[in-house]
Amino acid sequence: MTDTPTSPAGTSSTGATLADLLVAQCAEVWRDDPEWLATGITPIPRLGASLAKMTFNPRLMITDGENMLLEQPAPIGPRDGGPVAEGWAPYARTFDNLWGGRRHALVAPVQIDRFGQTNISVIGDHARPKAALLGARGFPGNSISHPNSFFFPQHNRRALVEGEVDFVCSAGYNPARWLDGRKPHRLDLRRIVTNLCVMDFGGPDHAIRVISLHPGVPLEEVRDSTGFDLALPEQGVAETPRPDAAALAVIAALDPHGIRAGLVKGNPPAVRVV
Amino acid sequence: MLDKRMPLDAIVAELADGMTIAIGGWATRRKPMALVRAIARSGLKDLTVIAYGGPDVGMLAACGKLRRLVFAFVSLDHIPIEPHFKAARQAGLDVWEMDEGMLHWGLRAAAMGLPFLPTRVGIGTAIAGDPRLRTVKSPYDDGETLIAMPAIKPDVALLHVHRADEKGNVLTLSPDPFFDELMARAADRTFVTAEQIVPTADLGLPGNARYHLVERSLISGVAHAPFGAHPTSAAPDYQLDLAHLKAYAAAEGEAWDAYRQRYVAADEGAYLAAVGGADAIRAIPAPIY
Repeated sequence: MTDTPTSPAGTSSTGATLADLLVAQCAEVWRDDPEWLATGITPIPRLGASLAKMTFNPRLMITDGENMLLEQPAPIGPRDGGPVAEGWAPYARTFDNLWGGRRHALVAPVQIDRFGQTNISVIGDHARPKAALLGARGFPGNSISHPNSFFFPQHNRRALVEGEVDFVCSAGYNPARWLDGRKPHRLDLRRIVTNLCVMDFGGPDHAIRVISLHPGVPLEEVRDSTGFDLALPEQGVAETPRPDAAALAVIAALDPHGIRAGLVKGNPPAVRVV
Repeated sequence: MLDKRMPLDAIVAELADGMTIAIGGWATRRKPMALVRAIARSGLKDLTVIAYGGPDVGMLAACGKLRRLVFAFVSLDHIPIEPHFKAARQAGLDVWEMDEGMLHWGLRAAAMGLPFLPTRVGIGTAIAGDPRLRTVKSPYDDGETLIAMPAIKPDVALLHVHRADEKGNVLTLSPDPFFDELMARAADRTFVTAEQIVPTADLGLPGNARYHLVERSLISGVAHAPFGAHPTSAAPDYQLDLAHLKAYAAAEGEAWDAYRQRYVAADEGAYLAAVGGADAIRAIPAPIY
């Protein structure tokens, strides 16, 4: 483990892993959200939603991953006892809620392009794919109904692709695909969290922009690992903050079996060892 | 007296080659798998299946029953990619892929006897480029162009329920009813399999009113199929059998024949024995999501 004497005063990230940092950055996407549903798909985004709710944004609503809204987040993996349910979220109601716009989802697509369009359907040709994946699921409806953010545990050119994704499952800032050239109703893409950096859509015409690099990651590596051009903030790219001791304690409690350690290749520390 | 009880195979006998069949449930939950296995054993072919897909789709694909699939996803949840669906899809299975909510909307349009329902869902995606979809302009001042989601009309809907009476009153006791009601309303005829067929008084109405799926006039036949959703769940009666789903998923390629012989070719009694028996299924703990 890497010692991190440079942590800001009052915090300690000794022992923090990259997985911890990613959970904390996933949580950030919901920081200023109003009282609505926070959906994190796959364990790290889900831990992020739970961390946001348990620390800085208790207004958020979260589910058990099935059909109940929970008063407090459930730890992931095997657990004793059932968390207290505070509401009901069957699929029909989930659609009604999301079409009403009261949700922010952080999902983990297979591909994303420079427009923020994503793909979970196929690799290759849609009629005869090289690899059939899940299908579009609820991505199309999510993308034009409420804010969306994205998580990529492996930032590379197979995931952040040149041109368009192989099958556009979610709408992005690509006027060529909009009806009458009109921006889809509530299209609102927020952030992309990867194992290398955090990005938003704050560049010219919603271009994807690097806002922070994880400690020790050079910008060149991000550029080399991305299939499209990246915008940069005028004030320069920040270093992604490390989770503080309070956040680490909550993350550890939410993932008592350490499942997150297996979800980032090599389970490296938060600060890259050169 | 209305008595809609019939054997599983009598339901299969009501189906025909080329039919469009909606299958209820969602992924690994409350799929009418006993009926799916019976279809897989039958001579039926060229089926178009509409589903929030799980092993129902994979099994019918692996047994060569599908001509076309209308879907938003096929998944085993804990095993995200359904391997038999994947193999069929990569071999060129004809599909109409859409958003989960568009499927909901298409079924709802059919259930309401409407040609379409307007939606924004799909706009901005490759799904909007499907030639089966057209757009409609709002006649109101907003003038917005919307997708006109066409009615998706099944010939038959096949559902698995927890309780039924012989007249076709049915209860789904699980926490999510999914879109089974819309499938029943959209289809010309609906057949259900039931964990238990009980006297009407034992349905527990009006206490169980919220579990009563749809009017009995929409139900054409009821087959008794205990553990008929296995290996998917029919919670609270029993949970999904992840160990079996793993074995099913692992039976790819040449391994499929052995699975098919042991679990699909078997009648329901032999199937139940092969998967460990009633007590073993009832003892499976709830999955963790």
